[in-house]
Amino acid sequence: MGISLHHISKSFKSVTALKDISFDVKSGELFGLIGPDGAGKTTLFRVLTTLLLADEGTASVAGMDVVTDYKAIRNSVGYMPGRFSLYHDLTVEENLNFFATIFNTTLEENYDLIKEIYVQIEPFKNRRAGKLSGGMKQKLALCCALIHKPKVLFLDEPTTGVDPVSRKEFWEMLKRLQQKDITMLVSTAYMDEASLCDRVALIQDGTILEIDTPQRIIEKFPRTIYNVKASETYRLLKDLEKYEATHSVYPFGEFLHFTSKDAAFTSEELIQFLEQEHHTEIEVSEAIPTIEDSFMTLSKEHSNNGN
Amino acid sequence: MKRFRGFVIKEFYHIFRDKRTLIILFGMPVVQILLFGFAVTNEISNVDIAVLDRSKDSETQKIINTIEASKYFKVTDFIVDEKQIETIFKKGKVKAVLVFENNFSKDIVAKNMANVQIITDATEPNVANSVNTYLTSILQQYQTDLNQRQQIPYQIVPQTRMYYNPELKSVFMFVPGIMTVILMLVSAIMTSISITREKELGTMEILLVSPLKPYQVIVGKVFPYVFLAISNAIIILMLGFFVFKMPIEGSYFLLALETVLFIFSALALGILISTISETQQTAMMASLMGLMLPTILLSGFIFPISSMPLPLQVISNIIPAKWFIILIKGILLKGVGLEVLWKETLVLVAMIVAFIGLSVMKYKTRLE
Amino acid sequence: METKNAILVKNLSKRFGDFTAVNAITFEVKKGEIFGFLGANGAGKTTAMKMLIGISKPSEGTATVAGFDVKTQSEAVKKSIGYMSQRFTLYDDLTIKENIAFFGGIYGLSNEKIKEKTALLIDELGLHDKASNLVRSLPLGWKQKVAFSVALLHEPKIVFLDEPTGGVDPITRRQFWEMIYREANKGTTIFVTTHYMDEAEYCDRVSIMVEGKIEALDSPKKLKKQFKVDSMNEVFLKLARNIE
Repeated sequence: MGISLHHISKSFKSVTALKDISFDVKSGELFGLIGPDGAGKTTLFRVLTTLLLADEGTASVAGMDVVTDYKAIRNSVGYMPGRFSLYHDLTVEENLNFFATIFNTTLEENYDLIKEIYVQIEPFKNRRAGKLSGGMKQKLALCCALIHKPKVLFLDEPTTGVDPVSRKEFWEMLKRLQQKDITMLVSTAYMDEASLCDRVALIQDGTILEIDTPQRIIEKFPRTIYNVKASETYRLLKDLEKYEATHSVYPFGEFLHFTSKDAAFTSEELIQFLEQEHHTEIEVSEAIPTIEDSFMTLSKEHSNNGN
Repeated sequence: MKRFRGFVIKEFYHIFRDKRTLIILFGMPVVQILLFGFAVTNEISNVDIAVLDRSKDSETQKIINTIEASKYFKVTDFIVDEKQIETIFKKGKVKAVLVFENNFSKDIVAKNMANVQIITDATEPNVANSVNTYLTSILQQYQTDLNQRQQIPYQIVPQTRMYYNPELKSVFMFVPGIMTVILMLVSAIMTSISITREKELGTMEILLVSPLKPYQVIVGKVFPYVFLAISNAIIILMLGFFVFKMPIEGSYFLLALETVLFIFSALALGILISTISETQQTAMMASLMGLMLPTILLSGFIFPISSMPLPLQVISNIIPAKWFIILIKGILLKGVGLEVLWKETLVLVAMIVAFIGLSVMKYKTRLE
Repeated sequence: METKNAILVKNLSKRFGDFTAVNAITFEVKKGEIFGFLGANGAGKTTAMKMLIGISKPSEGTATVAGFDVKTQSEAVKKSIGYMSQRFTLYDDLTIKENIAFFGGIYGLSNEKIKEKTALLIDELGLHDKASNLVRSLPLGWKQKVAFSVALLHEPKIVFLDEPTGGVDPITRRQFWEMIYREANKGTTIFVTTHYMDEAEYCDRVSIMVEGKIEALDSPKKLKKQFKVDSMNEVFLKLARNIE
């Protein structure tokens, strides 16, 4: 009864935005749609919120078909588009009241649902929305999307352009909302946010690369990752790119993440190679894979498979 | 209904928060009426002219005196040579030169006909035109006076067939025109921009994904502008009536009815434009090029439709402003009622139906 | 005058009415350094950056960029820096080649130089088949890579990057950082803001701004030691949370 998609495809002129997408979101689940800009996330949201018609395939939200029952869906879902669509010339309170009225409800009626979020922006309730900081706008937009107690909540890139502190707080809010039995589909370009979802779909170029729990996606990572560090990072990167045993090497925080083509590869071989290249202060250790490692591997495989 | 009311309240917030646009919307009609009324008139007064008098007889002197006596002209220079005309124009000292031929009085007595030449500085065509008209009419007046004492009528050439009305006030012609332009601006441009603004902001997406019905969104957006447009119409008519003593000969009720009809036709056009524009910029350009220019140029506001080339005359028929100007001039200046104006009224009604029909066909409940 | 510093900022402040957006910040950026300029939304990063690139006048304090005073020599500052922001990068409705020619022209490059640079840039980015396509048709990551190269056209001594990688896919994001490393290796100073904390780790030194002040400034390694945490993300959270 959450969300379900069967073989959804959508093209705009020459661009294929979605290619044969199928997945289900269970009722009450916090589901993440993880992928970079241009992956097709927003198109997928618009198909599900009945704003766009898919070229092929069927989809349903809370048991209602997105084409035939579109009016019913519009009455019962909450949607927070990217760029926090608020009226910048209205105050915080006026924005909330407006969205409450068009959904035939009032701020008071569903106050307990948004209380926790609203108290944080309440001190600014007479400020125009355009004058709020990014984090505040994001919270206000969430309140507006929640005001009619939707069964399903669509959040399109709610954390884009928001600093890490506000992002963290935002996800804590979503976790608490989940306990109130709201199904949530959240998209993000920040890979590190994947671990906060129950399940995620990794999406790139309109194709789903993988769907699973974040934990299992990480467990499925096929190779050993080594954290590598040396005094000259750029030269280290260039040398490893030329190294014949290298499968992939990417900067990852203070380290480089290195994987080898050879399953029997050991860290000693790597250290030996680096010493031979006159690197100093060499550090090599095994690293725990992240969603980002998986994403990069999957997306590389995907583009090698003739894309 | 509560939803709709909430929506309309929000629209009024938008309008009243944007102080600058509001000042322009209400200041513009006032400024334009006053500008057209006081500054941009076709009337002239105390224009300097020169006289080249080759006869120097009693008749020419009398004519010169008559001209001097009018408040329109001042004879500042007397020249003796045709060559001086160019010099005096070049210096910009006078706007016109009046040239009397040799033997003016003799000719008038002997041949019943004498020649006079009016040479105007046409660098300011409007002024030149007016000067020409005023001078000829003074000459004509003089001739009429002269002929009262004569059996065989004297003729002073150039003869003029121009009809001159010394009480003519151009502001009466401008009030209907400006009202038309302002109402078009407020109703069509402002609505199309306000609807596309929601598209640009992304809030249209939220409105679509809400229980609000599409027609509620549109009517809600348009509603406040009906009020703005009506108050603008009232301001313009009051200015015309109180400041310029413009007559309102016809029925007030009919005037109100036709104005509201015109506002609706403009709103319908605004909605139509917003359904085909994605950004405020496109809406603005489409309204300016597609509505404002034709309203100003082809409606008969500035250029008389009868003197346009045939294709433009045909095009002018699809411009609501043309019909509204006919209607409002009829009501204000001639005082005629529906028995004369029923045809124009029906045209406006038909246009409203057509524009709204087109908008409904074009309106999307989704994004594409 | 030869100095070791590309950017030198002393007690720089910017006030808007009663509100102090930047409150007496002091720091220096060494030549060839990758300097991360971090902070929460509304902490004053953008305002500070605008002063450094010479488009906003400081209320108080001094700042020298590439040896020029931002208050009195802002035109000279603008000539010696490159700038790329997340919001505006390239003209969407021009092709890659046209964009390069346009920005080259703005910085007074000769036609031959533009031609030479265009060929070089297209070669480096491997964009041969796309050079005559509209920028609009490029994926965001590619756009940002081209924009970075365009910001470097006039061989500036310092490049300011304002959230250059927001929303870019992880692989392209890393390719972008490779380009940054390459430039820094050539001696170009890089001044960069980002919301990705893993990118903060790539910087030689980072500063963290909180409510108009610089609350921390050091290499990522030392900052992590100072706050006794494992990642820059935690450093950032600790600093910004303490304030609230």
